[in-house]
Amino acid sequence: MDGSAAVISSQTEAMASKPPAPAGRARIFIRRLRGGDEVAHLITLTFAASIFLLTVLLVFELFHNSALPRHKFGWAFFFTRTWDPVFENFGALPFIYGTVVTSALALLFAVPLGVGAAIFLAELAPPGISAALTFVIELLAAVPSVIYGLLGIFILLPVLRTYVEPFLKYTLGFLPLFQGPVFGIGFLAAGVVLAIMVVPFIISVSREVLLAVPNDQREAALALGATRWESTWKVVVPYAKAGIMGSIFLSLARALGETMAVTMVIGNTPQISASLFAPGYSIAAVIASEFTEATGNLHVQALIELGLVLFLLTILINGLARVLILATTQRSG
Amino acid sequence: MYSHYSRKITNFLMFSLTGICAVAAVSVLFFILGYLVYYGGRSLSWSFLTKLPTPVGETGGGMANAIVGSAELLGLAAVIGIPIGFIGGIYLAEFGGRTFPFVVRYTADLLNGVPSIVMGIFAYTVVVLPLHHFSALAGGLALGVMLIPIVLRTTEEFLRAVPDSLREGALALGASKWKAVATIVIPAGFRGIATGMMLSLARVAGETAPLIFTSFGNRFWSHGLNEPTASLPVMIYTYAISAYDDWHRQAWAAGLVLLALVLIANVGAKLVLSRGPSPAR
Repeated sequence: MDGSAAVISSQTEAMASKPPAPAGRARIFIRRLRGGDEVAHLITLTFAASIFLLTVLLVFELFHNSALPRHKFGWAFFFTRTWDPVFENFGALPFIYGTVVTSALALLFAVPLGVGAAIFLAELAPPGISAALTFVIELLAAVPSVIYGLLGIFILLPVLRTYVEPFLKYTLGFLPLFQGPVFGIGFLAAGVVLAIMVVPFIISVSREVLLAVPNDQREAALALGATRWESTWKVVVPYAKAGIMGSIFLSLARALGETMAVTMVIGNTPQISASLFAPGYSIAAVIASEFTEATGNLHVQALIELGLVLFLLTILINGLARVLILATTQRSG
Repeated sequence: MYSHYSRKITNFLMFSLTGICAVAAVSVLFFILGYLVYYGGRSLSWSFLTKLPTPVGETGGGMANAIVGSAELLGLAAVIGIPIGFIGGIYLAEFGGRTFPFVVRYTADLLNGVPSIVMGIFAYTVVVLPLHHFSALAGGLALGVMLIPIVLRTTEEFLRAVPDSLREGALALGASKWKAVATIVIPAGFRGIATGMMLSLARVAGETAPLIFTSFGNRFWSHGLNEPTASLPVMIYTYAISAYDDWHRQAWAAGLVLLALVLIANVGAKLVLSRGPSPAR
């Protein structure tokens, strides 16, 4: 009897000594907080926001750490041919040239090959074979760049040096494109390696875009008496043209940023030359090669400015690519 | 006017051409595998996998530190990149509204398109410059940031693929939203999410460019995350462009190891994914 009274009285005391319950809205807030949903929302929101903040930080760091050459050279940086670490005179033109030439070559080789293969996989191949071949081609996209470079150096370069380039020089040597000494390394080698790396992307995106074309288009063409090739080439491909262009832009963006395979076969010489046999340099290749050996702050920051240029260029082209691909897939919807 | 016959010939010719293109594209992979197995297999040995690199001129060195270093870097990248990508993906799929998820998705796509070498510059400016030395931390950060967009996209995609009936059932039984997501929706989509994580790790495992000036490389074991660390792709690059035959042989062997790991991860992931988005009932 005594004990229970003591328990009851102690409980009353405890209740009396608790702080007064919070008023109306605060109570609801605390109850919802305890429910956990608001907290979960907040936590997941924070993680998602950190992605946005990371990107902002990335852009800031690129700008901040390229301040020296931007102030010293200004826009002339993009039109200067010299890259002279000794006298600290830096110009981006050789690298922009090299990047443009190798990417153009890569697309020149990869687009016919890729679109052709995509047409085969989307239009002609039976679904089982198409799926199996696409599986293999998507595996190609997963091969690391440095392995392409390894094969480039030891397998492709000897072939280019011994057979392909002398042959081109013999037959087409009147063009400035195919003049000059034959080293093996150079713009042509880099273009070929890039083309091989970029083909899987063209194939897989173009194939999906072609498969998204509604069947009515094909059937209408066939009903009008076209052969299967005519229906494909004159009806289906033009319908999917925007998407295929999108895949080409995507591959271009990929080729621009490709570093290792290009560095290993392009010859790493900052020069502008009309000949495809000549060694050259690309933006990504010079950053990879010279960054750890850069002499002085201006040199490092000039390389970072090149990185900024590459960054902006790839964003632009990726954005264009996505708009184009979206346009096709929405149109057939 | 084309005759009927010539149109048929054109049909046959052009489709044969496209077939040749497809076969050529596919055969590249077999060429790559073939050369790597042939040249790499000859130099692959137990000492390659367990010994440290020896000075130039001495044969018999290995890449043990590079293999362990790559594993370290991948682990670090996973710790940095996977939680952000995973939880961000949960936000996009379950909790988000209209504008902010759009912004997040847009910046994630932006990050995805950034060339890996620019990621390396980012990690250099954020970690290497303040610390005044190369470190595995910097390399892990570069790789981790590259992981984020991929993990984000796969998490969102597989969470969205979970049918609404599961969510509604959990809510109807009285679970709060976060409990429904954590205990019902995520496990339902987890196979796809996990394979997406594995694929992203496989992709990042082969990256060389961001590591060249962040984790830099090491001829010996690295002690701790604050030291320069050797990694398999950087070793392949360094050895391949060197002038020494023994190093070339080791580069082939390392290439075989790297490609084997990457391909196994990719093939495994694709096979698991092809069995459907949710476990069979």
